[in-house]
Amino acid sequence: MSDEQAVVCEGLRYSFGDTVAVDSLDLSVVSGEVFGLLGPNGAGKTTAIRCVTTLLPVPPGTVRVFGRDAATERMAVRRLLGYVPQQLSADSGLTARENVALFARVFDVPRRERRERVAQALDAVGLTDAADRMAGTYSGGMVRRLELAQALVSAPRLLILDEPTIGLDPIARTGVWEHIMAVRAATGMTVLVTTHYMDEADQYCDRVALMHQGRVRALGTPESLRADLRARRADGSAPTLEDVFREVAGSGLVEDGGEFRDVRRTRSTATRVG
Amino acid sequence: MCAVELQKLRHDRTELYTRAIQPALWLLIFGETFTRIRAIPTGGVPYIDYLAPGIIAQSAMFIAIFYGIQIIWERDSGVLTKLLVTPTPRAALVTGKAFAAGIKALIQAVVVIVIAALLGVAMTWNPLRLLGVAAAVIFGSAFFACLSVTIAGIVLTRDRLMGIGQAITMPLFFGSNALYPVAVMPDWLRAVSAVNPLSYQVDALRGLLLGTPAHLPLDFAVLVLAAGAGITAASSLLGRLAR
Repeated sequence: MSDEQAVVCEGLRYSFGDTVAVDSLDLSVVSGEVFGLLGPNGAGKTTAIRCVTTLLPVPPGTVRVFGRDAATERMAVRRLLGYVPQQLSADSGLTARENVALFARVFDVPRRERRERVAQALDAVGLTDAADRMAGTYSGGMVRRLELAQALVSAPRLLILDEPTIGLDPIARTGVWEHIMAVRAATGMTVLVTTHYMDEADQYCDRVALMHQGRVRALGTPESLRADLRARRADGSAPTLEDVFREVAGSGLVEDGGEFRDVRRTRSTATRVG
Repeated sequence: MCAVELQKLRHDRTELYTRAIQPALWLLIFGETFTRIRAIPTGGVPYIDYLAPGIIAQSAMFIAIFYGIQIIWERDSGVLTKLLVTPTPRAALVTGKAFAAGIKALIQAVVVIVIAALLGVAMTWNPLRLLGVAAAVIFGSAFFACLSVTIAGIVLTRDRLMGIGQAITMPLFFGSNALYPVAVMPDWLRAVSAVNPLSYQVDALRGLLLGTPAHLPLDFAVLVLAAGAGITAASSLLGRLAR
């Protein structure tokens, strides 16, 4: 693993009206690692990610992706990214192959290589046999893998996944993660992921950042975060990453964060995959 | 982008069939009835002939004006977000969508022309003129599709877009020369018609299909400029949808 920085956020701040979603966020993701961004609903994870993906203008602060500024060099940044949003975003009116081919085209994959690259991407997520079925007939786990193929066809250096396993059954979750890890092992790409599943973060992430109310409250490897909490515990019992999360986020739910639309979106994603 | 829309259409053709019903009814019921009444001065052309190009333009506009709904659906489903994170310029995405709307409208136009021919409308079969018809249909639809996407970019929700779409289609349709000549309109409606791209589209279609007097260079200039302006406006507002 090199020391090159895949993502650097400095003093990033973003607010929707009066609600400050991301508050002076400093974050750096090292090239080649799997970095988990955790936190309760409304913690600012998705907003931070949308700044990195150039979807939101970067207000105060800077965001750099492999040294490129996300505010001034948007096109250069976009070329480096693969992005899987929270919603199930494959087009159900197209076959899997057509879905992936579309992204090969919009990412300027040279015409001669397209067919080959599309086949490779589908193969990498284990969908070769179902490639010519309509995406509308896919199960939730298959749609997620298809979206992964869409994001991978451009051979991104940074893969951004926003709650990739939301609403999936345990077997489908494992399937999605195994494909992510296999591609990462083969290509050395960097993965930035948000999730609510602490067991996933513990198992697959090299480092995690726990966000709460727009700020990073804890940062480190899952092991070091657990060890830190254990040292602070009076009885010295072994905590899980979920206990760390609980301590950071507090027991109270955040009532003022997150838009209604975000919640509705999450629910509808869950409904569609369920 | 354009090719993708057509792939979808190939998988599910229901849309094409159902879309053909409305213009067919206009021609059959409205057209046949008003041809008998002879209430509208058409300059010697049978009314149904006069109406046919208007219906082509109208049906194309009705497809295009709700195109923004699809954009909002794509926004809600995350498809748009993913497309906006690619290095493809927004203008290229919008242009692709706009011309996909144009192609759909073109298929629709073919259906209307066939129906019109069956009803005995005397139209040209000169291939060059038909090519002109195709161009007028595509540019007109591209404009209305972009108008719709622009409105989508401003109002951001499906319900509001539906409301606005409903509110503007009828004024655009009745405030044009699709059903009756500009000459019979009151002055204020003439003013509406003069700034309504639909009027120029109908004028071009009528001139090309029926050989009635038309202002083809002006018509095409207006249509191309309108489509260009629409693409510019829509692509500058597209980013708003991803926030």
